[in-house]
Amino acid sequence: MNPVDTRVDTTPLDVERIRQDFPILRRTVHGKRLVYLDNAATSQKPQSVIDAISHYYSNTNANVHRGVHRLGEEATDAYEGVREKVCRFINGDDPKSIIFTRNTTESINLVAHSWGRKNLGKDDEVVLTVMEHHSNLVPWQMLAQETGCKLRFIDIDEEGHLHTDHLDEYITPKTKLVALQQVSNALGTIHSVRTIACAARAVGALVLVDGAQGAPHGPVNVKQLDCDFYAYSPHKALGPLGIGVLWARRDLLEEMDPFLGGGEMIRNVTLERSTWASVPHKFEAGTPSVADAVGLGAATDYLMDIGMENIRAHEKYIVSYAMDRLRELPFIKVFGPHDPADRCGLVSFIDQDIHPHDLGTIVDQHGVAIRAGHHCTKPLMHRLGVVATARASFYIYNDRDDVDAFIDALLAARKVFGL
Amino acid sequence: MSMTGLDDLYREVILDHYRYPHGAAPVTNATVEVEGHNPLCGDELHMHLDIADGRIRGVHIDPRGCSISVASASMLAQHLEGASLEEAIALKKTFQRVMKGGSWPEGFDPGDLEALEGVKNFPVRIKCALLAWMTLEQALAEFDADLVGEIECDSDIEVITKKS
Repeated sequence: MNPVDTRVDTTPLDVERIRQDFPILRRTVHGKRLVYLDNAATSQKPQSVIDAISHYYSNTNANVHRGVHRLGEEATDAYEGVREKVCRFINGDDPKSIIFTRNTTESINLVAHSWGRKNLGKDDEVVLTVMEHHSNLVPWQMLAQETGCKLRFIDIDEEGHLHTDHLDEYITPKTKLVALQQVSNALGTIHSVRTIACAARAVGALVLVDGAQGAPHGPVNVKQLDCDFYAYSPHKALGPLGIGVLWARRDLLEEMDPFLGGGEMIRNVTLERSTWASVPHKFEAGTPSVADAVGLGAATDYLMDIGMENIRAHEKYIVSYAMDRLRELPFIKVFGPHDPADRCGLVSFIDQDIHPHDLGTIVDQHGVAIRAGHHCTKPLMHRLGVVATARASFYIYNDRDDVDAFIDALLAARKVFGL
Repeated sequence: MSMTGLDDLYREVILDHYRYPHGAAPVTNATVEVEGHNPLCGDELHMHLDIADGRIRGVHIDPRGCSISVASASMLAQHLEGASLEEAIALKKTFQRVMKGGSWPEGFDPGDLEALEGVKNFPVRIKCALLAWMTLEQALAEFDADLVGEIECDSDIEVITKKS
């Protein structure tokens, strides 16, 4: 069977120019140019993000929402200003619906804790998919143990597409929440979240979207997705490590209990009891990571300047080339969707003769950074009948020369193993 | 050039053990069955020991992992067939020490195990080489906790006991 001609030959991005903005790309690894293809784990950071954080600490640093002094005011303005930016980035209406956490994992745990404990009981069901990242599985398992609610899992086909034809088998009147990834971190599948959300709506269930692999790679519109909760990790989208985002419908946030207790999240405190601050501060106990929020603001600016549609188009271009090149190698098996239109900028694969870890170590010696392992999706690996895969994931600074270096490194690995 | 580290890691003897691991044949009377996991990478190792009269009569391994973890398990099977429990524990301790930067004891012949020394230059891969030995430690502890003493399983390896 001839593969469908899905090659995308041009990119709207000026990759050479973009590369200039990322100081880390100037370094070498084992004497070779760094070819960074582990973007699904975390992206590299442009100079503007590094500078924003440095500038914050050099000029503005103070705690937020406390001091009456000038720096306190500036720090608070900077921090709260990022909420508005992030809200625009995901096309929300209300900046107060944006809660800063540490990462996607914490965002999902917040929902499980603050919404789940209050709203789920033993007759209720939470629907997930078999390919969720552990961060969108384990919190629900913990909640199920606590509340007695049941978990159900939407299965996938051979290419990693969800079984959307039989949704009524999974999503029933018992379903109170459907929590699913927007894009698979392990296979790259872009899910039809809207279809699933529609089925959830029909039974009155809420929808949580894990956008960890969605938000960095294309336009996000929480209204079009028709979800109630949306979580992502800005560090995968040029931002600093250590800050996460949760967007939720304002009315849900108003009804939800706090997550952590402490400073910042209170309205009044006596020795006996406390009342809660208004949304979003109710969910942000303690001193937040202000500098990281400022870095997130700079990263969001950078992405919006490029344009998320352009980033999506670039990833189609680079991933279709990578899949073409991998197809030339008979010993490589690629997982996930065949059509680059259904796939974000990542390729999960195995060399039939070399374990992914060995592959990872060997290509690293050629300056090529890929991920090898279960990608925090052990149930999916089990479902695919492998213990691990290798994964190359691309971003705005990757071009065809990176794919070529990656392919050369795969061939070099064959030589090491005498194949 | 920088590839020398790689040549040192993937020595021919390691690749041979990887292709044709020892201990593939099942043991008739498994005294202990354990399953070692490396949750960080997903590598698995099933290990069956046939123990009688203070000696390991048979070792069966079913490894699912990278060349380093498979080769290490294969060498373990090769070395331990017929060894006393004390010898097995001593070898585990020695190997663990070597992986942490120590050297082989004076006059000790490490045999094929010497080839795994190249792993020391790749710190993230040391856990691959240790999986089999941590699994062994747990298996022996299942058989006789006093003999093994304090479990030293230091990396993130998790061992599940199937039957003892």
